[in-house]
Amino acid sequence: MDKFTTLTGIAAPMPLVNIDTDMIIPKQFLKTIKRSGLGKNLFDEMRYNQDGSEIADFVLNQPAYRNAEIIVAGDNFGCGSSREHAPWALLDFGIRCVISTSFADIFFNNCFKNGILPIVLPQETVDILMQDARKGANARLTVDLEGQTVTTSDGQSFGFEIDPFRKHCLLNGLDDIGLSLEKVAAIDRFEASAAQSRPWV
Amino acid sequence: MSGPKTLYDKIWDAHLVDEAADGTCLLYIDRHLVHEVTSPQAFEGLRMTGRKVRAPEKTIAVPDHNVPTTPGREKHIDNEESRIQVEALDKNARDFGINYYPVSDIRQGIVHIVGPEQGWTLPGMTVVCGDSHTATHGAFGALAHGIGTSEVEHVLATQTLIQKKSKNMKVEITGKLRPGVTAKDITMAVIGATGTAGGTGYVIEYCGEAIRDLSMEGRMTVCNMAIEGGARAGLIAPDEKTFDYVKGRPHAPKGAQWEAAMTWWKTLYTDEGAHFDKVVTLKGEDIAPLVTWGTSPEDVLPITDVVPAPEQFEGGKVEAVRRALDYMDLKPGQKLEDIQIDTVFIGSCTNGRIEDLRAAAAILKGKKIKDGMRAMVVPGSGLVRAQAEEEGLAQIFIDAGFEWRLAGCSMCLAMNPDQLAPGERCAATSNRNFEGRQGRGGRTHLMSPAMAAAAAVTGHLTDVRKMI
Ligand code: SF4
Repeated sequence: MDKFTTLTGIAAPMPLVNIDTDMIIPKQFLKTIKRSGLGKNLFDEMRYNQDGSEIADFVLNQPAYRNAEIIVAGDNFGCGSSREHAPWALLDFGIRCVISTSFADIFFNNCFKNGILPIVLPQETVDILMQDARKGANARLTVDLEGQTVTTSDGQSFGFEIDPFRKHCLLNGLDDIGLSLEKVAAIDRFEASAAQSRPWV
Repeated sequence: MSGPKTLYDKIWDAHLVDEAADGTCLLYIDRHLVHEVTSPQAFEGLRMTGRKVRAPEKTIAVPDHNVPTTPGREKHIDNEESRIQVEALDKNARDFGINYYPVSDIRQGIVHIVGPEQGWTLPGMTVVCGDSHTATHGAFGALAHGIGTSEVEHVLATQTLIQKKSKNMKVEITGKLRPGVTAKDITMAVIGATGTAGGTGYVIEYCGEAIRDLSMEGRMTVCNMAIEGGARAGLIAPDEKTFDYVKGRPHAPKGAQWEAAMTWWKTLYTDEGAHFDKVVTLKGEDIAPLVTWGTSPEDVLPITDVVPAPEQFEGGKVEAVRRALDYMDLKPGQKLEDIQIDTVFIGSCTNGRIEDLRAAAAILKGKKIKDGMRAMVVPGSGLVRAQAEEEGLAQIFIDAGFEWRLAGCSMCLAMNPDQLAPGERCAATSNRNFEGRQGRGGRTHLMSPAMAAAAAVTGHLTDVRKMI
């Protein structure tokens, strides 16, 4: 997993609430057995017509946002299916950070496993960032994970909360499985004791 | 933690392997369910790092999302990408030595139906699957939730999951349900009341007389849609109905182990005075048969109501409703009962169990579906299908004009050939009405199996109470 330290980039405004993982990556693209290559189908049904041509007014098709690295989104982003293809598609497109008032639980988890930083901020702050994002390619947001701040193009800075363990893993690009396997002795002990107390499992 | 505990607290404590100072925990996983869509990258990850499946005997795999539901599928799947995913699961199950139910096995079906049916799901367990509707298994008083593919790999390798504890929410449904009102209406009513983000950060425990009165099938329907309310998991404390359902299933404990298990299972309830961070109470009597009108599961109304206007909502929802009405081609003020449909889908992990088929068949008996209607029943498993045939339900569906399919997810998410064409409108017993969920441009109205059967007969959304 790539480290996440600081990011200065174009932010695409997506004020719609309840953007679900079916919208982020429709099911016909889940038939892959790989993680890569999903970026071209990110938001597929919002982004392309049936004949494959682009829908001009969709935000990521607008010249200003084609290279967006951040999304500022409406409430409850990532609800629905557990498909990790959603963060894979975002990442493959180049999105490293999503900012919203709230995220669905599984999507939120999945982001951290892929080096994407989901940031939760209050409505008033998201409104300000959304306004900033609407300014297009000249307005770049800066996200500083170490300092836990988001800064707008005109220098307004906002702090955000993040779980310390997740922050540590993102900053250092750490693989969860490797970390958990360091605790294999504790897992062994747990299994041995569960074999006594709950032998039917 | 001492003092009174919730059911969630008890299951959590019994599975805690390690807790760091910041509250990050390693939780032991008793059952890991696997399907073909969210697992190939996880097995690939194991291969690349030379890791093994730590507990193959606790890992159960079944192909369901992609599989066609028409005969001959065990010999050949036409869609190449689907075939590759199913073949990858075949191979991974073999290579890593996990329990497997291929399409040729009568026990194959939707993973969340197969788990309970085979007795893999038991009270007090932790159950995970790379699928958000893992919440279904909470009906047994098991802590069950969906995970992403990286976490699938993590569980395969370590049999644990890195977790932080969620908050406790109690959802109480008091009193009795009225005739024509089902478990599906309960679960949709809860989402209507709390919204799709209302449960975010919580594990829900459903309780109250109306929940106790439900069969295990009904309880699974309720817990299945906990995720649509944003909750991590839904739970129902086990009782005699739970134990009766579990007893004698292939992987349920037997003999002395059964007795030992029962001793523990009977302690799995929320202690008097335990703390809940949030409480929601609905009266069973107040719940009517519900349908969705929009493109989010929170867009529910009683069937007697009319399509709402965007202005009735607030904030970002105003724009979302405008978009939803446009997508659904509905006008504010239109009566829900006047909405014409052309497709009916009965199935899914929400409503693909025997009781669901019985409820639909009870409405359809001796009737025909509306001319030109496409209607299909996709049983949740091969065993549900066989039982429905034995009970004569299959014949009722076929006589009414339904297609009688093989088990799988089918038109719940339309990854197999069963899809809506753009503009088609479906009465569905599944759990998601998102844009494009059942096929690009397709329009979905969620409802109970009895309501879907009623709509199949009349050709429009229908108050099932008029037909019982
Ligand atoms: S039936 Fe639908 S919701 Fe259930 S597991 Fe299959 S695709 Fe998911």
